[in-house]
Amino acid sequence: MTERPHLAVIGAGPAGLAASLAAAARGVRVTLIDAAPDAGGQFYRQPATGLGARRPQALHHQWRTWERLRDGLAAQADIRHLTEHHVWCVERKSSGSDRPDAFTVHALLGPLQEEPATVHADAVLLATGGYERVLPFPGWTLPGVVTAGGAQAMLKAGLVVPGRVAVVAGTGPLLLPVATGLAAAGVRVEALVESADPKAVVRHTRALAAKLPEAARYAARLLRHRVRFLPRNAVVEAHGDERVESVTVAALDADGRVRPGTGRRIPCDTLAIGHGMLPHTDLAETLGCRLDGVRVHADEEQRTDVPGVWAAGESTGIGGAALSLAEGHIAGRSIAARLAGRTPDPRGWATAAKSRTKLGEFAAALDTVYAPPAHWTEQVTDDTVVCRCEEVTAGAIREAVGGLGAADVRTVKLLTRAGMGWCQGRMCGPAVAGLASCELTPARRPFARPVPLGVLAQEAQEAQEAEATDAAEAARETRKAQDHAHPTEKELS
Amino acid sequence: MNPLELADARPGPAFTVTLDGREIPALPGQTVAAALWAAGITSWRTTRGQGRPRGIFCGIGVCFDCLVTVNDRPNQRACLVTLRPGDAIRTQEGTGHDD
Ligand SMILES: Cc1cc2nc3c(=O)[nH]c(=O)nc-3n(C[C@H](O)[C@H](O)[C@H](O)COP(=O)(O)OP(=O)(O)OC[C@H]3O[C@@H](n4cnc5c(N)ncnc54)[C@H](O)[C@@H]3O)c2cc1C
Ligand code: FES
Repeated sequence: MTERPHLAVIGAGPAGLAASLAAAARGVRVTLIDAAPDAGGQFYRQPATGLGARRPQALHHQWRTWERLRDGLAAQADIRHLTEHHVWCVERKSSGSDRPDAFTVHALLGPLQEEPATVHADAVLLATGGYERVLPFPGWTLPGVVTAGGAQAMLKAGLVVPGRVAVVAGTGPLLLPVATGLAAAGVRVEALVESADPKAVVRHTRALAAKLPEAARYAARLLRHRVRFLPRNAVVEAHGDERVESVTVAALDADGRVRPGTGRRIPCDTLAIGHGMLPHTDLAETLGCRLDGVRVHADEEQRTDVPGVWAAGESTGIGGAALSLAEGHIAGRSIAARLAGRTPDPRGWATAAKSRTKLGEFAAALDTVYAPPAHWTEQVTDDTVVCRCEEVTAGAIREAVGGLGAADVRTVKLLTRAGMGWCQGRMCGPAVAGLASCELTPARRPFARPVPLGVLAQEAQEAQEAEATDAAEAARETRKAQDHAHPTEKELS
Repeated sequence: MNPLELADARPGPAFTVTLDGREIPALPGQTVAAALWAAGITSWRTTRGQGRPRGIFCGIGVCFDCLVTVNDRPNQRACLVTLRPGDAIRTQEGTGHDD
């Protein structure tokens, strides 16, 4: 009997968990790889075990779903869960997906990320989720200014809050759970500042109707915590010296321009801010997967255009945990069938496909409503730092575009160093694109994580040795073939 | 209600670490960043170019704003590194290799 097919799932969030469970239930051996110490991803991020939380659900919604995923993972012996494995590259060994060991997943172990580890697999699922987009404004590099999701992540995992008095601002549905989460954890939330116009939601009621009760629940909680809701407003500046001490909030007109004279200061020690999310696409990029704009392209079965590589969840587009679950489930079933050499019957996942369609429409509607204000760049002064790593200002970027004729993010990067630092443009990419009035294009980063040179050197040496072994093997094969052509006496007898 | 109460946390015994020699309490499982936040500290490094203060920004290991020196190893992401008793944290200046 041949060995059962082996799937590597990268990302243990809703998408990766749903896929692992679906695939393992259908006879696939799964290795689930994640950088975090626990499963759950962003949505179901768990308090560190040592904190002994007896009521982690107080910081969560849809806890039942998490219990099902968690218990499923614990009960399924065919899933090996590798925690604290930071994947920096997935390598494709052969052009066909039917060859065993077609992929090598390269990871670095632990928080210090120095020790290498590899996983070999017949197929790969990219379920790496996304990260938050924050557009710059004066003062956004001050300590105490954090991403909305980051504040939520620190709260859920470390049971800590960044300060006593916060403003939650930006745009998008994530701001609601963040504001209610901080308020429940004892932070005084002075205001929830949303640049979008909730009235626009009415124009999209059909797609959004399903989510209205959830929004109403959040609204009730905000009211209970006496959080002011300021729609059609934006934070235009954060003030402070060593850390944020107050923010200026101003009203926006129908075109998304700041209304002159409407600015008012709100004292706070924390600003949690976000302008939507972006998919993680770096691993897909190095594998040569096609991208649709900034997300990984996936077909009806969640397959990318590279044989043997599937993608699910927010790596294929931002749409929330429920959509990620549906996509993961479909991917897991498709993978199980394909690895067994069968064409899957989509009727098997009809329910998941239906919710995928509905939630996809919902996400598209949200995207239209919660777009960052059209004229956000007007608030970015020339001395505002845009690239946080390399400390490149908006003035330098404008000079590169206006004075030196840079017309794309790559040229701006070469001229100014914006995007060349530690984070490799993940934080400043959208801002640079906005300031240069060009499209945000995939960055084509060679690795998903910084890799110590020693590890690269070791990999290179191993590759060389493998090549040498391959060459020796080939020579042996040739000799054997020749021997067969001229059979020895021993074989004849 | 504070977050520990909210989640009804019963952590193991607290321990101490140091930040530039000063003792800071930490709870088992907390990252460098979480312990510093709990102690009311929100910045622990200055930038290479302008010497500006920085701390947590993304909170999930993507932005590298939270770099810090842990047991003499510079450039560790405070939001990812879990503390152990006795760890010596140092604020980081510039590239972290100058001191
Ligand atoms: C900081 C943050 C906080 C959020 N909080 C909320 C919230 O409170 N409520 C809400 O409704 N939505 C929240 N979201 C949105 C959330 O992303 C989605 O709703 C949902 O979690 C997406 O599921 P997913 O499975 O696609 O990806 P995720 O849940 O994001 O899971 C992806 C997983 O992949 C892992 N990963 C990524 N890259 C690598 C790599 N190279 N190597 C190893 N592992 C890797 C990550 O560690 C993560 O565990 C948050 C998003 C972010 C970025
Ligand atoms: S806060 Fe962004 S990497 Fe730690």
